[in-house]
Amino acid sequence: MAIKHITSPLEGDIIKDLRVGDKIFLSGKILTARDQMHKYLASKIDLPIDIRGCVIYHCGPVIVKEKGSWRIIAAGPTTSIREEPFEATTIERFQPGAIMGKGGMGESTLKAMERHGCVYLSVTGGAALSLARCIKRVEDVYMLEEFGQPEAMWVLFVEDLPALVSMDAHGRSIHKEIKRTSSKKLHDLIKS
Amino acid sequence: MHKTRLLTSMITLIQRAATELPQDVTNTIHTALLAEDPNSTSYHTLNLIKENITIARKDKLPICQDTGMIMAVIKSRPEPDLLDIEDTIKEAIKALTKEGILRQNCVDTLSGKNTGDNIGINVPQILFCPWDGPPQVYLMLKGGGSENVSTQYNLPNISLKADRNLDGVRRCLLDAVFCAQGDGCAPGILGVCIGGDRASGYLYAKQQLFRRLDDTNPIEELGTLEKAVLDQANTLGIGPMGLGGKTTLLGVKIGIAHRHPACYLVSVSYSCWATRRYAIEINKKGDIERWL
Repeated sequence: MAIKHITSPLEGDIIKDLRVGDKIFLSGKILTARDQMHKYLASKIDLPIDIRGCVIYHCGPVIVKEKGSWRIIAAGPTTSIREEPFEATTIERFQPGAIMGKGGMGESTLKAMERHGCVYLSVTGGAALSLARCIKRVEDVYMLEEFGQPEAMWVLFVEDLPALVSMDAHGRSIHKEIKRTSSKKLHDLIKS
Repeated sequence: MHKTRLLTSMITLIQRAATELPQDVTNTIHTALLAEDPNSTSYHTLNLIKENITIARKDKLPICQDTGMIMAVIKSRPEPDLLDIEDTIKEAIKALTKEGILRQNCVDTLSGKNTGDNIGINVPQILFCPWDGPPQVYLMLKGGGSENVSTQYNLPNISLKADRNLDGVRRCLLDAVFCAQGDGCAPGILGVCIGGDRASGYLYAKQQLFRRLDDTNPIEELGTLEKAVLDQANTLGIGPMGLGGKTTLLGVKIGIAHRHPACYLVSVSYSCWATRRYAIEINKKGDIERWL
């Protein structure tokens, strides 16, 4: 476990060096994508934007337009597991460097991460203002009209956003491990 | 009632709920933080949550970007003002959505289009409750992630070896916490109803979340069960955000309803750590008379 500063888009070597338990501070270009956008991503071959190596953030921000430009108010993560049916395809086609959200993801995403060199970053759910402070600017937005504000793809530039590597490109997942240990504990509590 | 004053009261109520975590919940998070090892992920997670709560209160900004589904329970005598309160709540929601205090959280289920103003069919959910006293409004903002991990059991349940008794209920509640893992933004609070039917059970379970974390259940055996489930759930090791640690739940609130002989339902409304609820009493002019 280490503390690392990384910049999106991420290089392949850096992704491989990230291990479960590493605390990271993320800077650079990231893109939000949640429910409708993931369904869309998994159905597309081309995108109007190159996301190779970038961090995809499961997030539907509160955002307002002021004097012609967008201002992020709150931007914490949404539950990642809902994107499980689409994430492996998304990783395979568009080669993002990391997926960021809360709660972790399942087996098919973990396998796709191992195959294509990608990690999962956990951020604190509900810490929407602390996380929004790390977003320095809104660079662009896609599919705003179609999917609405929370579900559009926002292109954001972040600085030192705190996260934890909880699934790595070597097949390890904290979420899987905690599910296993808590299942054993649950069994003890209800066995008799 | 004076319409402008009533609107100000509703805006104040909803804005406070979105931005200021109730003191009892904040206190419980602070206590939980002290129990975690300062070098652990759970400590860092709870510390960030604590910092976030402080920023939200100070800057009057939403604690979480998911400002939730909005539920308001209006308790009142059957007076014409009642309908004004309903309209005014909707007006306040529209204004706060424009301001970025509430996220645009209302999607047309058929077309997938966001209505953009948080108004739709059954959104917000406004319930009326006849009551022989000055009007009161109970408000709750509940996030989608925590709603998704809410669940219901019908006893007996063979796989959990759960019979129709309080030990059976205990087994269901621990299973619900296990199944939720970190997805409902742990550490969470369980609102529970034992009994009722599928619809009334879920509603009553959700309404248990209006109870303060430091209150005492008027039924002693339910109070004992609340404490047992809280203590046992916190040994599961799921921790804040499901990343491990000692704090998996902040509280358990159990209510009871009579049931049909064929049904023994246990309804669980899981609430995230950002449990946002306030209640007010309104006076004849439409001002907030007091916070409840």
